[in-house]
Amino acid sequence: MLIKGNIALSDNGFVFNPSSGDSFTMNHTGKEVIMLIKEGKTINEIIELMLEKYDVDKMTLERYLLDFMNDLSSNSLLEE
Amino acid sequence: MSKQLFERPTITKLTPGVPSKHGAGTVIAPMPLIDGVKVDDLIEQYGSPVYVFSERTIRKAMEDIKRAFSLRYQKVQMAWSYKTNYLDSICRIFHKEGSWAEVVSGFEYDKAIRNGVKGENILFNGPAKSALELEKAARNGSFIHIDHFDELFMLSDICMSKNIEARVAIRVNMDIGIYPKWDRFGLNYENGEAWDAINRIMNNPKLKLMGLHTHIGTYIMSVDAYRIAASKLAELACSIAQKFDHYISYIDMGGGFASKNTLRGAYLSGEDTTPSFEEYAEAITSAIINSQIKPDKLPTLILETGRALIDNAGSIAGSVLANKRLSDGRRATIVDVGVNLLFTAFWYDHKIHPVSNHSGLVEETTIYGPLCMNIDVLRPSLMFPSLKRGDRFVITRTGAYNNTQWLQFITTRPNVVLIDQNRKVHLIRRAETLEDVAANEFIPEYLG
Repeated sequence: MLIKGNIALSDNGFVFNPSSGDSFTMNHTGKEVIMLIKEGKTINEIIELMLEKYDVDKMTLERYLLDFMNDLSSNSLLEE
Repeated sequence: MSKQLFERPTITKLTPGVPSKHGAGTVIAPMPLIDGVKVDDLIEQYGSPVYVFSERTIRKAMEDIKRAFSLRYQKVQMAWSYKTNYLDSICRIFHKEGSWAEVVSGFEYDKAIRNGVKGENILFNGPAKSALELEKAARNGSFIHIDHFDELFMLSDICMSKNIEARVAIRVNMDIGIYPKWDRFGLNYENGEAWDAINRIMNNPKLKLMGLHTHIGTYIMSVDAYRIAASKLAELACSIAQKFDHYISYIDMGGGFASKNTLRGAYLSGEDTTPSFEEYAEAITSAIINSQIKPDKLPTLILETGRALIDNAGSIAGSVLANKRLSDGRRATIVDVGVNLLFTAFWYDHKIHPVSNHSGLVEETTIYGPLCMNIDVLRPSLMFPSLKRGDRFVITRTGAYNNTQWLQFITTRPNVVLIDQNRKVHLIRRAETLEDVAANEFIPEYLG
């Protein structure tokens, strides 16, 4: 799972996709996830890291991460 | 170390109202209230559809226009244009605000008298005054604005034969550099007819020339057109003073100021392009003040503004009757307000607001009225939220011309209510019934 190479990410959660012209904004957890993906972490690694950091149970986290991945994918931000 | 609170990760696509050739992005705000009164309550009490007027908005508009002109010119007199909206309660609000009456028929003249306007505070315009109406107006001391030579001769005959005097003005039309040129009303400035009429009036002992009137058109977006018109009338006033040593008492600039509605096919919204009262006032008053008229002889400036004062104060609240898909996949919404009630839909892109909150998603929609007639289209195409049967909406800026040009067509006309300054609602015209409509009909005996 990779973020497309040409996607521009800013530190404050602003995302720009130059191939479609779309821009996006993320909340802080969204930004964190996308940065972890960019670092090459797998979904399982991300889940472990976030479970340590946040007060959340594994099932809820997995469910919301899945939703988020779907959003990234449907907005053409992930490599196929 | 305690763990941080978890917020579900979100990513939101930014869709600001990106300007396109169609203007800014579509944001249709819900409109649950008209002047502080719940639309749902209005419809529940007075039915759907219902015309709603806001007295507050009318008085605010009057305050604005009076301020704009009186800051720049000493003597300003407003005259309410009856044809724009002659519901008695509406007229009376304008009269309470100090407006005279500007009428264009014997019917409107009598309405003004019934509304308590003194004869000497009525301006009688229009090309179709009858002999009886002219005599009545002359006897009442009203200002008769002469439209054509036949009227001038007729009025002269009446005054001679009845031995009465008439206070008159002439309506002047002129080239002010805009299209269409309104030359069908009044006497032309450039070809000398206006001057010819002035000479005849000044030489007639029964006719007193009180003023000069022009009305350059309707929904005029160019304030320069008013500047030119006012200059030309001021020049005429100077010529009259020079030749006859007579000083007219008023210059009547007519109406024609644009409201904030958007004309059909207009590239930009009327809200952005309509000149303000200040801009009109600056053009008109500076033209008169800068003319050759002596400062102590400056005439009263009369304004017959109609549309720009009442359009914003009127709304129609209605309900959705049905939704359907057209052959090309577009959505069509059928509502209970037709062009019979919203005559101005033919030349305005009226704004339509849902009463309740909506998701923000909009879709290209055609809005049809309820009449079984192909012409009954309120908006051929607009981006509109998906409303379902029974949902309510408000059409704004409908106050001008719709309650005078409305048609009793296919169905009867609904209630009209006024929200007063204390937010109390008054019924000012009840809904018509079959009996109202049939009351004037007679059936020949053999069809009985």
